[in-house]
Amino acid sequence: MAAGKKALVDPIFDNNPIALQVLGICSALAVTISMSNTLVMCAAVIFVTTLSNVAVSLVRNHVPTNIRIIVQMTIIASLVIVVDQVLQALVYDISKRLSVFVGLIITNCIVLGRAEAFAMQNPPGLSALDGLGNALGYSVILLLVAVFREPIGTGAIMGFELFKTVNNGGWYVPNGMMLLSPSAFFIIGLLIWALREWKPSQAEEPEYEIASNLQYREAY
Amino acid sequence: MNLRGFLDSIAPHFEKGGKLQTLYPLYEAIDTALYTPGHVTDGPSHVRDGLDLKRIMITVWLCAFIPGIFGAWNVGYQANLAMAASGIETVDNWRGFFLDLLTSYDPTSAWDNLIHGLAYFIPLYIVVFVSGIFFEILFAAKRGHEVNEGFFVTSILYTLILPADVPLWIAATGIIFGVVIGKEVFGGTGKNFLNPACTARAFVYFAYPAELSGDSVWVAVDGFTRATPLGNAAIGDPYGVEWLDAFLGTIPGSMGETSTLAILIAAAVLLVNRIASWRIMAGVVLGMAGTVLLLNLLGGNSTNPMFSMPLHWHLVIGGFAFGTVFMATDPVSASMTNRGRWIYGALIGFMCALIRVVNPAFPEGMMLAILFGNLFAPLIDYFVVQSNIKRRRARASRTA
Repeated sequence: MAAGKKALVDPIFDNNPIALQVLGICSALAVTISMSNTLVMCAAVIFVTTLSNVAVSLVRNHVPTNIRIIVQMTIIASLVIVVDQVLQALVYDISKRLSVFVGLIITNCIVLGRAEAFAMQNPPGLSALDGLGNALGYSVILLLVAVFREPIGTGAIMGFELFKTVNNGGWYVPNGMMLLSPSAFFIIGLLIWALREWKPSQAEEPEYEIASNLQYREAY
Repeated sequence: MNLRGFLDSIAPHFEKGGKLQTLYPLYEAIDTALYTPGHVTDGPSHVRDGLDLKRIMITVWLCAFIPGIFGAWNVGYQANLAMAASGIETVDNWRGFFLDLLTSYDPTSAWDNLIHGLAYFIPLYIVVFVSGIFFEILFAAKRGHEVNEGFFVTSILYTLILPADVPLWIAATGIIFGVVIGKEVFGGTGKNFLNPACTARAFVYFAYPAELSGDSVWVAVDGFTRATPLGNAAIGDPYGVEWLDAFLGTIPGSMGETSTLAILIAAAVLLVNRIASWRIMAGVVLGMAGTVLLLNLLGGNSTNPMFSMPLHWHLVIGGFAFGTVFMATDPVSASMTNRGRWIYGALIGFMCALIRVVNPAFPEGMMLAILFGNLFAPLIDYFVVQSNIKRRRARASRTA
């Protein structure tokens, strides 16, 4: 039980795939421009990561070691195609806007990373929780980024107007930087900073210390 | 009590164990801005030179006022010209309240122009300085290091590369980004791999393109549009100014970068005092010249009018001169080795010409070219050092 809880909860803040392992950055930069895209992307990743972990875990004892990556990729790719088709059927607009990034879930390091690192050594139930936990950790960061990016960049979130922009006769001047991918880098960086202030154990050892300056009187 | 005595008497409050210990960086900054720092070298020193970081930074800061004051005059001159042309009698905002007391709006009077320009320069510089220094001191107090004189330079350079009528809050947002993300998160002055002033300018440029580029921002009169020469050239129009005006600086543009002459005077002061690296400046100019001449040769019949812009125009318009003299030579973010400085400079000149000419999205490329050069500076140094080691090792094994 404790192992299951650890597998589920740990990746959210203590061992976050984006903030600590710095995996899956590409889609975090690409889709967080709007909240609705982000929600759909998170749902897709949760689905793929959880089920691929289960499937890989089920076949883990029957796969020859030297072709295991191919098998994992086949499983993941099949799941991603399913997700892609479902999205096209249900939310065609958002599927259009996410364009290649749904397909690129196949190459998301988190999915393959969990399959290889966890599901190959653990039973299906535990693997499912691990996949879900990691996908949730990914989602938490993506949602936080989108919560900053969309309102600051456009003044609205999911169609709901937070600040009235200058173009609509209001006061808010949208920050165009937030609509460009690099802004997600800055926000993820600041989130990592905040997370490490909160949980100092995640901070890396400094490579060297800044020598403190002599104070006025000590110099003599 | 004299000032020195006063500062000494309040010193114990700020030192370790004092009531205001966290504000030590603020005290230290004021003290060392007014007096020679009390630190002495405590180990055997390698270089004996009266030139310390403080003197370097303050010299650059003072030099920046040469194009700065000229720029202020030019801002007023451009604004007064525009007002005379469109028949506007007075400035209709809070600036006008002060201006009406002090001056009229005659573009032929140096005094009127200067005061009108200072009405833009002074508030902008104060806002930039105060909002930037606040974050400097915040980080310094938290991290336990001193506030560095570098911010004097960052603040004035950033102010001078902004358009005159940029909204003050945008200027403040930019400098805060430049100071925090461009410098302090990496550990403060000396560890920033990008030029903070350039980072700040790049941030506002991408965040608020409507207020920082286009035709309507360069002359400080509401609703008056006039393109910069580079903006005109990019769409194939006549440049709209004479070459001599562009050299002297009586053209619309960012506050301090229009006058190539004023910048050359500042460059002379910097070079005579051995503050800025002549190798970097020469590298930038040579890189620019080589690339432009090559592009001129290549693009004789191209549809892009920038291909045939001659070199003597490239050198005097846009931010090229200012960037070469003040920004590329930043001692922290530039290359440190002499051979590296040539390469680093040439890379910036090359990129600047390339962005100006080949990339239609950006009429001016100096800011991006310098940031690009900054990124490569450590790599360039690494290879220069490695090649030196290799050469000397080869020589040693030959003689052995």
